[in-house]
Parts: sequence; C-alpha cells; structure tokens
Amino acid sequence: MPSSNAVHNLDRRFGSPSIQRLPATTPSAPLPVEATTPWRRRNRWSRLLSASRPLLRRPGFMLAALVVAFALLAALAPGVLSGFDPNATAPLAKLTAPNATHWFGTDELGRDLYTRVIHGASLSIQAALLAVGLALLGGLSLGVLSGFAGGRVDALIMRVIDVLLALPGLLLALAIVTAIGFGTLPVALAVGVGIIPGFARTTRAEVLRVKTLPYVEAARLGGASWLQTLWRHILPNAWGPVAVLATLDFGAAILATAGLSFLGFGAAPPAPEWGTLIATGRHFLITAPWVALLPGAFVVAVVFSLNHLARTLEEIKR
Amino acid sequence: MNRYLLGRVGQALLVLWGAYTITYFILYLLPGDTLSIMLSASGLEVDALSPADLAKARAYYGLDRGLFEQYGHLLWRALHGDFGQSLSLNRPVTALLAERLPQTLTLAGSAIVLSLIGGIGLAYLTAYVRWQPLQSAMARLPSLGFSVPVFWLGLLLIQVFAFGLGWFPATGSQGLDSLVLPAITLAIPSAAVYAQVLQRGFQHVWREPYITTAYAKGLSRAQVQYRHGLKNAALPILTLFGLQVGNTVSGAVLVETIFSRNGVGRLAQEAVLRQDIPVVLAIVAISAAAFVVVNLLVDLLYPMFDPRITHAPRAPSAA
Repeated sequence: MPSSNAVHNLDRRFGSPSIQRLPATTPSAPLPVEATTPWRRRNRWSRLLSASRPLLRRPGFMLAALVVAFALLAALAPGVLSGFDPNATAPLAKLTAPNATHWFGTDELGRDLYTRVIHGASLSIQAALLAVGLALLGGLSLGVLSGFAGGRVDALIMRVIDVLLALPGLLLALAIVTAIGFGTLPVALAVGVGIIPGFARTTRAEVLRVKTLPYVEAARLGGASWLQTLWRHILPNAWGPVAVLATLDFGAAILATAGLSFLGFGAAPPAPEWGTLIATGRHFLITAPWVALLPGAFVVAVVFSLNHLARTLEEIKR
Repeated sequence: MNRYLLGRVGQALLVLWGAYTITYFILYLLPGDTLSIMLSASGLEVDALSPADLAKARAYYGLDRGLFEQYGHLLWRALHGDFGQSLSLNRPVTALLAERLPQTLTLAGSAIVLSLIGGIGLAYLTAYVRWQPLQSAMARLPSLGFSVPVFWLGLLLIQVFAFGLGWFPATGSQGLDSLVLPAITLAIPSAAVYAQVLQRGFQHVWREPYITTAYAKGLSRAQVQYRHGLKNAALPILTLFGLQVGNTVSGAVLVETIFSRNGVGRLAQEAVLRQDIPVVLAIVAISAAAFVVVNLLVDLLYPMFDPRITHAPRAPSAA
C-alpha cells in the first residue's frame, strides 16, 4: 500500500513537467519537414490558446464555463434567452407548476419565473461584479502599497485589515446598509467593502514574494522606475492568485448580495433580484415550492460553477 | 509564556477596540443625517417637528456633542455593559441582548459541533475510500457545500423534512426538535470548509516520510490514517475553527430569519430594517468580541495540540 502511494506521487511529479513541456517540444519535432516556414513570434492569442488547451480537455471545466457564460449572457442580454415579459402578470396562470411553456413555473401573480430569473441575473450579477470590482480596486491598491512601502505604512494597513477581518462579513455589510440605506447599489458596496481584506492580504503576500525575485532587480538595474517595475513586472506576476481569489469571491459576492436582499435590504419586490425572488417565494413554500426553490437552484448552479472554475485554475497553476 | 500571553491579550483588546471604532464611524458618520434616521426609527417624522423640538431630540440622542466626545461617551458606557436604548423597541439594548443571546448560543454551539463532526467525518472517509469515482465525488462535495446559499438550503430542508416528511417543525424556537433543521442548515457551509481543508491536509500528509515509516513497522492502513494521518492533517482545522466563528454568526442572521427563531440574528435583521442604530452597533460589537475571544483561545491552546510551536520568547524582539 505505501509503495503504491509513492509511485503515484512520483507519477504526479513527473507528470506535470511533461505536460508543461509539451508545447515546447512539438514545434521542434516537425522541424526538418517544415523548415521553410519562417519562425514567428507567438502572439498573445496563440499563447493564450496553448495555455488553455489542457483546460479544454476537462468536461467539468467546460460545463462550468458554459453555465457561467449563460449567466453572463443573461446579465447582458436577458431578452435573447426568454420571450416573456418579466413583469407581465397573468392572474389565471398563477402558481402553475413547471411545464413546457413555463420552464420554472409561474409565481403568485402568474409571472414567468424563468424569465424573472434571467432578468434578475442582470441585477444580481452586476451587483456582484460591482462588489468584486470595488474589492479588487481597494484590495489591490492597499496590498501593493503595503507590500511595496513596508515599514510603518505596512504595519498600519495590516492592523486595519486585522480589525476588518474580525468583523463578520455579513454584519459589517449590515452596519453599512443601516447607514447608507437599502437597494442594490448599497448592498453591492457593503459586500465589496467586506471582501477587501482578503484581497489586500493576498496581494501583499504576492508582492512581497515577487519583489525579491531577480528579474525585478534586473529591471531596476536596467533603469526602470519603481512605477514601471510595478506595472510591467510585479503586477503581471503577482496577479495569478488574486485572479483565483476574485473568481471565488465573485461566487461569494453573489451569495452575499442574494442573502442581503433575501433579508429585505436589496431591491424592492417588483425587481427580480435573485435574493428577493427567493424571499417572496418563501411564502408559498407549502403550495408551490418551485417559486422559492428553482431560482435558488439556478444560483447554486452559477456559484458552484464559479467555484469549480477557480479550483481548476488553481490546480492547473500548481 | 506570560509575556506572550499579555501581548496576545493586548493585541486582542486592540482589535476589539478597532472593530468598535470602525463600526461606530460607519453608523454615525456615514449617514447624511443621523438624527433623521434615529427619529424615523423611533417613529417620528423630522418635518413634523419644530426647530426647538429638533434641538431637544438632538440633545436626547447625544448628537449635539462633537463626534469624538460622543464616541468617547458611548465607548465608556459600552465598557460598563450599557449599550444605550433601542430606538424602536424603547428598551435597554443590554436587556434585549441578554434575552436573545441564549437562543443564538445554543444554535451556534450545536451548529459548530455538527460542522466539525460532518466536515472531519467526510474528509476522513474521503481519505479512506479507495474506489476512485466515489473518492473524486466526495472530494467535490465540499465545494458544492459552500456554493449553496444558506437561506435556500434552509428552505429546501423545511420543504423536505418539515412539509414533506413531517419529521421536524418548520419554524419556532421551542424544544429540541425545532433546533435540528436550523443547526444542520448553519453547519453545512462550515463543514464544507473543514472538509476541504482536511482533504488537502491528508493529501500532503500521505507524502511525508513518517507515513512510510508507520507502514514499514507493520501498522494497518486504518491505524496509520488514524494515528499518524489525522493528527497531522487536522492541525489547520484548529486555526480555521477560530476563523469560522464569523461565518457562523453571519449565517445565524439568515438562519434565524428563515426559521423565525428569537435570537440575536433575527434581532439584527429587524434592527437593520428599522435602522435602529444602537442595536446594530451593539450586535456588531458583540459578534466581533466573540470572534476575537475564540481566536485568542485558539492561539493560546495551539501549543497544547502542536508541541512544536512554543511561545517561549527567544529574543526580546520576538514578543
């Protein structure tokens, strides 16, 4: 048993470099045959394509990407995905179970639930994007400042981050919402502030790691200013883990904004925000469980896909 | 050790003070007009009051003092256990909290126990199972666990176990059987986090030389996993346990709202809905205190679980 374990580990250790070596060795193999074609510098797209090739082979990854793409499409152009009007009521067809015309059934006013979920995507996903964008901006600048400046500035910023981490995320958001009022925008801001600390910490750790690498020193010796070094050399090499965190936190932000609007602090009821949909459906749980459960299932699918994407990206990196 | 203890307690107090301060400034500085929020929370309209009444109200809420003077006053009273008066319920906040806290503590406590059992159990089984499809399915289960919104999970459990099977009551806060569904709902996200970290911990531990040694001296796989694998892989759980307190408190707000339990979480939801600033401030301060205290305890207990870490000051700068 232990020996099989060791072999497995060795396999893995040898396995990953050989996969990484693949793009480098393939051009050299057919070299004698196609020696006439001139060497061309691989542009950004071909590099991106070769980097994403191992990803395309994973069916789980593709499925997750498809779900996320569908949600993004719903956020950008909900009309493409559904022919119904999200606010058109039909009292005769209220609370019908899911069927061929109404895929998710209808709610208490006869509105098509699938259409409302699709139209709600623009509110919920925009809110989550805003929250993550704010957190990225705030977290990146705090982390870079802290990792770069060091000394007292670093100590001060890190103490403030420690304090923010001690406040439970949802409660900090509740305090902010109490102060600035209800609605999609305040909720997005509140959630964004809550995830700044994580970004700041990750960015700082990465900046500290990259700062001491030889190529940064070389860039500095070559006469680049600190700002140039930061922009051209440190940030591009430090942003990998931050991007993974952003993908994860995008899912977390969807959950947090939905939670806050479920509690009644998001968009007012006619708006089809995901949390609001589930909150109104809650009153019909006995007679029509799909009104609350199906929109929630859609949220689960989107967030699970985002987590899966983040995890696969992380595994590929290692 | 003593010096380390003092330093660590001092740091915890500093963090707590910072948390109170940040929340205070969010609640009292961020709104355009704190007075109008406080007046509408206590059921009065700003426009209906004369300037003299407004001045009186401002003095009553302590808003006529300077921002820092008011802050000092509130902090001083909070240190003495007085969080002021609730605006909408007209009762002392401390009494409200004392009334609601036992409910939330029972819920959070049982949820924490359940999440530890569930998380560690799942990861342990994942490491033990050898059938590849089942193992990879179990390895993906945690990430499903924290993709599920707590409030949706609660509704699903109510639908299946309360309305469908009729095993447990759907709502309410009396009796032990009304605690089962809320505790499970609250436990699942934390359990997912524990399971994921422990699964990774096992993956690392299997590569360690002492595992090979343990097999070499003739232990069975179950013995190796329990005696050498689990003990080493489970260490990060302790740190994580402290960090999960925040998530449990956040989840309690949602879970208590869904299951209509009379706890602090539901109090928080109602207070925010009515913009009852003193209550919100007190609840945020209390939950920050819970987070800080639990993490302090975890830090102090860590050397007992992992003797490799000692806090003996080697150099003066270490403290």
